[in-house]
Amino acid sequence: MTIMGTPRLRKEDPKLLTGEGKFVDDIHAPGELWMGMVRSPYAHAKIVSVDTAEAAAHSGVHAVYSGKDLEEMGLWIAPLPCVWPVTDDMLNPPHVPVVTEEANFVGEIVAVVLADSRYGAVDAAELVEVSYEELPAVASLDAAVTGDALAHSDLDTNKAYHWPLVPDPDALDAAFANAAHTVTGTFVQQRLIPAAMEPRGVLAVPSPHGGDITLYSSSQVPHILKVMVAATTGIPENKIRIVAPAVGGGFGAKLNINPDEILAVTLANRLGLPVRWTETRSEAAFSTHQGRGQNQTIEIAADAKGKILGVRVHLDADMGAYMRLITPGVPLLGSFLYTGVYDVPAFGFTCDGYFTNLTPTDAYRGAGRPEASYAIERAMDLLANEVGVGPDEIRRRNYLNGGEAFQDLEVASTLVFDSGHYGPNLDKALELSDYASLRAEQQRRREAGESKQLGIGLCTYVEICGLAPSRALAGLNYGAGGWEHALVRFLPTGKVEVVTGSTPHGQGHETSWSMIVADKLGVDPDDVEVLHSDTAISPLGLDTYGSRSLSVGGVAISMACDKVVEKARLIAAHQLEANPDDLEFSGGVFRVKGTPTAELPIQGIAYEAFTAHNLPDGMEPNLQEQMTFDPPNFAFPFGTHVAVVEVDEDTGGVTLVGYTAVDDCGPQVNPLIVEGQVHGGIVQGVAQALWEEAVYDEAGNCKNPSFLDYLVPSSMEVPSMVLDSTETPSTSNPLGVKGVGEAGTIGSAAAVINAVCDALSPYGVTDIEMPATPQKIWRKIQDAKGGEA
Amino acid sequence: MIPAALKYVEVDSAAAAVAALSEYGDDAKLMAGGHSLIPLMRFRLAAPAVIVDISRMGGLSDIRDAGEHISVGALARHHVVENSELLQAQAPLLAHVASKVGDPSVRHRGTLGGSMAHGDPASDLPAAVLALGGSVVLQGPDGERVVAADDFFTGFLETATAETEIITEIRIPKSSAGWSFQKFNRRAQDWAIVGVAAVLGDDPRVSLINMGPSPMRASAVEAALAGGASMAEAASLATDGTAAPTDLNGDADYRGHLARVFVERALVEAAG
Repeated sequence: MTIMGTPRLRKEDPKLLTGEGKFVDDIHAPGELWMGMVRSPYAHAKIVSVDTAEAAAHSGVHAVYSGKDLEEMGLWIAPLPCVWPVTDDMLNPPHVPVVTEEANFVGEIVAVVLADSRYGAVDAAELVEVSYEELPAVASLDAAVTGDALAHSDLDTNKAYHWPLVPDPDALDAAFANAAHTVTGTFVQQRLIPAAMEPRGVLAVPSPHGGDITLYSSSQVPHILKVMVAATTGIPENKIRIVAPAVGGGFGAKLNINPDEILAVTLANRLGLPVRWTETRSEAAFSTHQGRGQNQTIEIAADAKGKILGVRVHLDADMGAYMRLITPGVPLLGSFLYTGVYDVPAFGFTCDGYFTNLTPTDAYRGAGRPEASYAIERAMDLLANEVGVGPDEIRRRNYLNGGEAFQDLEVASTLVFDSGHYGPNLDKALELSDYASLRAEQQRRREAGESKQLGIGLCTYVEICGLAPSRALAGLNYGAGGWEHALVRFLPTGKVEVVTGSTPHGQGHETSWSMIVADKLGVDPDDVEVLHSDTAISPLGLDTYGSRSLSVGGVAISMACDKVVEKARLIAAHQLEANPDDLEFSGGVFRVKGTPTAELPIQGIAYEAFTAHNLPDGMEPNLQEQMTFDPPNFAFPFGTHVAVVEVDEDTGGVTLVGYTAVDDCGPQVNPLIVEGQVHGGIVQGVAQALWEEAVYDEAGNCKNPSFLDYLVPSSMEVPSMVLDSTETPSTSNPLGVKGVGEAGTIGSAAAVINAVCDALSPYGVTDIEMPATPQKIWRKIQDAKGGEA
Repeated sequence: MIPAALKYVEVDSAAAAVAALSEYGDDAKLMAGGHSLIPLMRFRLAAPAVIVDISRMGGLSDIRDAGEHISVGALARHHVVENSELLQAQAPLLAHVASKVGDPSVRHRGTLGGSMAHGDPASDLPAAVLALGGSVVLQGPDGERVVAADDFFTGFLETATAETEIITEIRIPKSSAGWSFQKFNRRAQDWAIVGVAAVLGDDPRVSLINMGPSPMRASAVEAALAGGASMAEAASLATDGTAAPTDLNGDADYRGHLARVFVERALVEAAG
C-alpha cells in the first residue's frame, strides 16, 4: 500500500485543462435537430390554447409540438419518475415532459420546436403563441403552508406528505418536561441554484438500421437514466444506450430524469433523426432542479450543565411544483443527522412536504445533510449561550461516547454509526486555528471598539454517506438498491482495464481507481484504464451521488482486484508447482515463501491466462473478475470546521478571513483529491451562508436566474484554508474508507453563520438568515442600536 | 442567452462608423468590447438590427500626453488603461479604477469609450472620469465636438452622444491631487453596490456609483468641502440629490448609508 495515501496529480486534468474534454455539447451527429423550448412565463396558469402555425412556418423549422400534440403522438407511457414515495399516501401529481392543461411553475415546458439550428429553434420558440389564463400562484414555502392558493388546481391541499421519525414519543416529552434549559432555533434553508460549470445538455441519436437509440446526456446517473428512459417511454431497455461523456460537475442537479432527456429520446426515435438541446445558463435556473428550500424548527432540551436530554425537529420542505426523482426523500436524508455528533437520549423528527409553484427541488450537494448539520450546529451555539459556556465546551459535554473512539454505535435516530472519534478531531481543529489567540484578538477588538469585529464559528458535523445498504434503502421506500459493480480485467500485455458503475463528473475517479488497482495488483497506475459512464461498456451500475463512489464503487474495485489476485495465485501455484498457500504476493510478483528464485509476475500470469496453454485443470481462461458490493452499513464521516469572519460594522460587510477544517473520512486514497473535494465543498457551503439564494417575487418569477445576480463565489472571495485530517476507519467496508465529496458543504454553512452571529453577539444578535448579506447584517446592528444610523 | 438575428457590419475608421450610423439610424448599435451590449443581446433585452463592430478600428486605442491633459483613445481597453505608465503618473485614479473593473477577462475586452457610451450608473470608469473632470470627444457627420463629462450623462443609459456620433477620445486633465476610489460589493468581480471616486485639490470633485439613474457627482459634498466643512460634515451630505435604486443587493436607504460611509472614507484616504 504505497500508492494509496500519497498525493497524486489527476490523470484527467491535462485533457480538461487543454480544452480536449468532450462534453455533450461538443458531440455532433449528422442531420441533428435542435430543440427550442417554449416555457411558461407564469408560475401557475391554465393553458387555453397553443398556436404553433407561425413558428412552424419559420425558416429552418422542422416541427413544432404542443403538449397535446405530443400526448396524441403517444411518445411516453408514464410521467417522469419519482422513485422515492416516502409515504404510502404521498401526493404525486403527474409530471409530463410537456404540460397539456396547467403550467405549474415558471419555465415549465409548454411546447417544443425542432429546428435545424440552435438559433433558429430559439427564434421559432418565440413565435409560438400561447394563451394562458393566470391562476393564483403559491410563490413561496410560507404561502404553501399558510396561504389559500393551491399549487395544483386538481389537488385540495398543498401538503404532499407527512413523515415522522419519533422512536419514543413518551421519552421525548419527558426529556423536555425535565429540562433545565431549552432552546429553539428556527432556520430557513433558502433555495439554491446548483450552477454546475457545464450546463445540462442532451443529444439523442437513433441508429439508422437497428432501432437502437443512444442518448448522450450531461448526467451523473447514466445507469439509472437508462432504466427510467425505458420505464417512461416504453422503448425496450435493451435498445437504449446512455453515454455520459465528460460531465462538468453535477452536485446532484444532474441526477434527475429530465423532460428534455425524454423529449430528445422519443422525438429522435419517432423521427429517425438526432435531436439535441443544451440549456443556457439562465434556462438552467428553471429547467434543472434546485436545492434546499426548507423551514426548520429545532428544539434542544438539556440539563443544568448543558447535557442534552432530547432533540425535537420539524421541517416544512418545499418540493416545488412536482416530485422529481428523489425530491420527497431529500429532507429525510438529513432526518437521521439532527442529533449530530451528540449523545441524544430522546429524538423526534417530523417533516411535511409542500408543493409550491416554483421550480422543483431535489438533491443538491449534501441533500438533506447540510440542512441537518446547519440546524443542530446552530442550535448547539444557542445552547452554549443559554448555558453560558463556550461553543467548544458545549460540544465536548455532549459528544457520543464522551468524545472517545467508538465503533458500531446505535444512536437515537435508530442508525448505527460505523465509527467515530470526535474529541481529538476538535482538539486538532482548535489547535490549528489557534483558537485561543483568535478569542484574544476578538476580545481586544471589542474592547478597543474597532469597527471591524471578529467572529469565530465552530461546526462539528457528522454526515451519512456511502449510499447504501440496499436493505436499508428498502426500509426508506427508496426505489433502487445501493450496490456498486466493478470488473477488473488484465489484458494480455499486462495492462489493466477497470469497468466501474460509478460515473465521475469531476471527482477524479480515473485517478483514484487506478491508484487502488495499482496498489492491489502491483502495477503502475498509468497501466490502468478506467472505463465508465457508457452503458454499452459498463452495463451495471448505480452511479455517483451521495458521496458513495469510493466507499461502495471503489471498494467493489478493490474486492474485484482481490479476486483477480486469488485466480492469479492458482495459476502461479500451478506453474511454479507450489501450494497456493505457500505463495506470497507483493509488488505485483508471486513468490514461493523461502524460495526467492521461484517467482512469477502477475502481468506475466495475465498472458498465461490469455493463451490458456498451461492453466490448472478446469480453470476458465483470462484473468478477469467482477464484484458487486452492497455495503452492510452507511459510512459516517465527521469533522470540525472553524470559520473566522470579519464584520465591518459600518457597512455590514462580512469577509471570511480564515478557515480551518479537520475532516475525518478514514484512510485517504488520494489526499490531493480529498483536499480538492474539501475545498470546493467548503466554498459551496460558504456560498449558501453568504451569497447564494434563488429569489422569487410574489408571482413566482425567479429574480436572479443569471450569474449577474446569482452570486456564486470565486477564489477572490475565499481565504487560503488550513486543511488537515484525522483518520478513523469505517467498519462498513474492507478499505475502511468514507466519502468526502459533500463533507465540506455539510460543515461550512453552520461554521460561517455561527461566526457571523459570534461577531454580532455584543449586539444581542443570536441569528441571521442565510445568506447573511451586508444589508441584513447592517440592519441587525441598526435594530440593536435602536434604529440610529 | 441566444441573441436575435442581426446584421453585422465591421468598420475600419471612425468616419466609416459615422457613415454606418447615418445609414442604419437607430437600428444600429456600435460595439467595441461588447461587454455591456452582448449580455443585453443574449438576454434579448436589446435586439439591434445592425451591429457596427468598431473593435478593430486602428488608431483609437492610444494613450498619449496632450499637454494639459492625457488623451485616451476610445478603444483603449481597461487593462491598457490600468497598465498605462502615463496614466499611472498623471491621472492615477483612472488607472487604479480600471484595475477594479470586473475580472481580467472583462478588462481585456472592455473599452473606456464603450463604458462611457453605455453610461451605466453602476459602472466604475464613468465615475472616475467625472471625478477627474474629464471630457469626451465625439465625432459625427459634421465633425468633432468636445463634451465635458459633467454634461455627458443625461439619464438612465443615456448620454449626450447623438445617434450618428461616435466617441473617439476621452480627455483626462493631469492631476497630482490626492485621490481615492471606494467600491463596495459582495464579490470582487461585481458591479459596485455603491462606489465613490474622489479627487481633492483646489476644486474637490466627488462622484458616486449606483446612486442614481446615471453616473453623478456628489455636488452637495463638493460644495460643503469648498465651503470649508469637515470631511464628516461633507460626507453626511452624500445622498443629497441622489436617487439610489433598490435591488437584490440593497435597498435605497442602505445605499444612502453606504454612500455616506464611503464618501467619508474616500475623503479621508484622498487627504491622507
